[in-house]
Amino acid sequence: MDIRAQVSMVFHLDKCIGCHTCSIACKNIWTDRKGVEYQWWNNVETKPGTGYPGKWEDQDIYKGGWERGDDGKIHLKGAGKGKGLANIFHNPYLPSVEDYYEPFTYNYLNLIEAPPGDDQPTARPVSLITGEPMDVQMGPNWDDDLSGTPDYARNDPNLKKLSPAEQEAMFQLERMAFFYLPRICNHCLNPGCVASCPSGAIYKRGEDGVVLINQEVCRAWRMCVTACPYKKSYYNWHSGKSEKCILCYPRMEAGYAPACMHSCVGRIRYLGVMLYDADKIEKTASMPENELINAHLDIIQDPFDPEVIAAAKKNGVPDSTIKAAQNSPTYKFVKEWGMALPLHAEFRTLPMLFYVPPLLPVMASVTETDGAQKSKLNPIAKTWTDNWLYDTSTEELWGTIEQSRFPLKYMASMFTAGDEKAMAERLKKLMAVRIYRRWKTVGDIDEAKVNQVLKDTHLTKDECESIYYLTSLAKFNDRFVVPPAHREQAIEMLEFTGDVKGSTGFGFRQKPERGM
Amino acid sequence: MTLPNLFFFVGLPYIAIVIFLVGTIQRYRNTGFKVSSLSSQFLEGKKLFWASVPFHWGILVVFFGHLLAFLIPSGILAWNAQPVRLLILQVTAWAFGLSVLVGLLGLIARRLTNPRVKMVTTKMDVFIELQILLQTVLGLYIGYAHRWGASWFAADLSPYLWSLFKLDPQITAVSAMPLVIQLHIINAFLIFAIFPFTRLVHILVAPLHYLSRPYQRVMWNWDRTAIRDPRTPWSEARPRNN
Repeated sequence: MDIRAQVSMVFHLDKCIGCHTCSIACKNIWTDRKGVEYQWWNNVETKPGTGYPGKWEDQDIYKGGWERGDDGKIHLKGAGKGKGLANIFHNPYLPSVEDYYEPFTYNYLNLIEAPPGDDQPTARPVSLITGEPMDVQMGPNWDDDLSGTPDYARNDPNLKKLSPAEQEAMFQLERMAFFYLPRICNHCLNPGCVASCPSGAIYKRGEDGVVLINQEVCRAWRMCVTACPYKKSYYNWHSGKSEKCILCYPRMEAGYAPACMHSCVGRIRYLGVMLYDADKIEKTASMPENELINAHLDIIQDPFDPEVIAAAKKNGVPDSTIKAAQNSPTYKFVKEWGMALPLHAEFRTLPMLFYVPPLLPVMASVTETDGAQKSKLNPIAKTWTDNWLYDTSTEELWGTIEQSRFPLKYMASMFTAGDEKAMAERLKKLMAVRIYRRWKTVGDIDEAKVNQVLKDTHLTKDECESIYYLTSLAKFNDRFVVPPAHREQAIEMLEFTGDVKGSTGFGFRQKPERGM
Repeated sequence: MTLPNLFFFVGLPYIAIVIFLVGTIQRYRNTGFKVSSLSSQFLEGKKLFWASVPFHWGILVVFFGHLLAFLIPSGILAWNAQPVRLLILQVTAWAFGLSVLVGLLGLIARRLTNPRVKMVTTKMDVFIELQILLQTVLGLYIGYAHRWGASWFAADLSPYLWSLFKLDPQITAVSAMPLVIQLHIINAFLIFAIFPFTRLVHILVAPLHYLSRPYQRVMWNWDRTAIRDPRTPWSEARPRNN
């Protein structure tokens, strides 16, 4: 057992309102510079949609992540020692600026300085790369809220697994729905970017698992851009170095939450430490696809288990970090309650950012009603006069999950590597907490039904309360349990404290060594 | 042994080597951040394939061909003992030289015509490309007009280069060479001299160490096993990243 600590994240998608405040907070702090204008270390996508860069989930195009060979071993799909060095003079899978968008600004000065004339002066868009006027083809969040459009929503790579009929059903005007998917670097346990870097510039910090690029060592071989299946490593075209999300480690070391999380309006983000067994990484990442999700969750260890604690201590994990792991909101969501799932586990990088899948608008299905159906409904179910029904009933306990607006198959292709049963389990838990709270606050459901619901989902009433608390009421310190960074030890990175201990100051630094 | 010959074949190489060594070390130590291949593939990726790939593979083969003839002239001469093998060597070298020319012309054209790539182009980029172009054209012409260079380089020029390293320059042979060959040699020294001030420095950080390292890299701020050991509080062990 090689127990290490990892700062992990949970995003609760039911709560995301798609306001992009996270993206702006990140952009203002880190990527408001020449060469990185196009980079959004944090971005929010509309699903179904193609995302940023376009169709990033389609690894037939981008060749990101790992794939499992016939021998059961994994290797990088589009990079690695052989492919990476062979393609070093031209990386055939590198996304170019058009795949993101050409950064632009507007010539605002023209509005003020244009000479008098017959026409209104205009502020033409100009490229931030060349400075020349350009036609804007694409921009940040270009596909925002455009569910159902042929160019974006219907090109979502996750739709590949759905039959044409199922796709059509998804895009009926009355059933049209979308949800938001905020994305940052996943700070994976088996990062493709680290493995693909020919210079060895990318590394994972042992203490907290943050994945960073050493800017001094990066030589612009650009393999990380290809190898990251989430396309969260970006090439700075001006400095000739790659850059990526640093999980605001300077903030974290000072005890603050990362900027995107701190600024989150919907309070969808949680951050905490999880302990994992590093010995299992290779085995876990090489699992057959149908066992991936469970293996991924199994690698995370119970921070209350004395054996795990002892192994962690032996490995130099500070007590304060173990305590943070025990209070971790992410551990609760991911392991204790089993509600959060990694995004695209089939890329085999073992991402450490987990998502609580969205229940709404999944549950709110529109059906045509008839008299018989109506009589079964609770009085609070809202019916419109035209016989279309916005079904919020609890009459059919889990029926609505199968009839949800997003087919389970679609959700499963994003979050469970295609396992619909595992997906339904998570949605049922989310539903169960709602039913439980409705019983408690509205009172139109009888307790027997609530007990049945809890039994089906293996939850207790106490757990439901905790889930409800952490979902809806949680304060800042509940949502972000940042482990102390131990600056006194981190300073040893910069200098050996023994060197200056006992040295005399002012004018000369000399070790007070024993005389002859 | 005229004065110009002394300058070009004794003075210049030593100046070039000193500038090369001092310049590269200075550049790496003081402005290490600027040591990068400065890829522009992100800005333009399609045309680059047809230029960068033939250029790089071509120049690798041609460069190592020259290096081999310099390092093991007797081996090359032994190989060339059979005319067929000499012919194979010459044709291969010339073909890769042609590949350099084609690739380089493509690179220059792309650099000067693509508006985005132009934005990341410095004067030095154009200068060094033209200098390499000159070197390539000279080399191809020599390969065509003064045949069997694999043999005469190993027999006549390799001893001259070795004599430079032995600090006992013998320039009789090189002084008697045709002018184009002399130009090719002088331009090579100039490329070495200008090397530290160009993007060519990325050659020196070619990531060959990638082959021998494990795929994943984890770095610790402290020695995670020793940190809790009460026996080592006064240890002189340095943090691993220092």
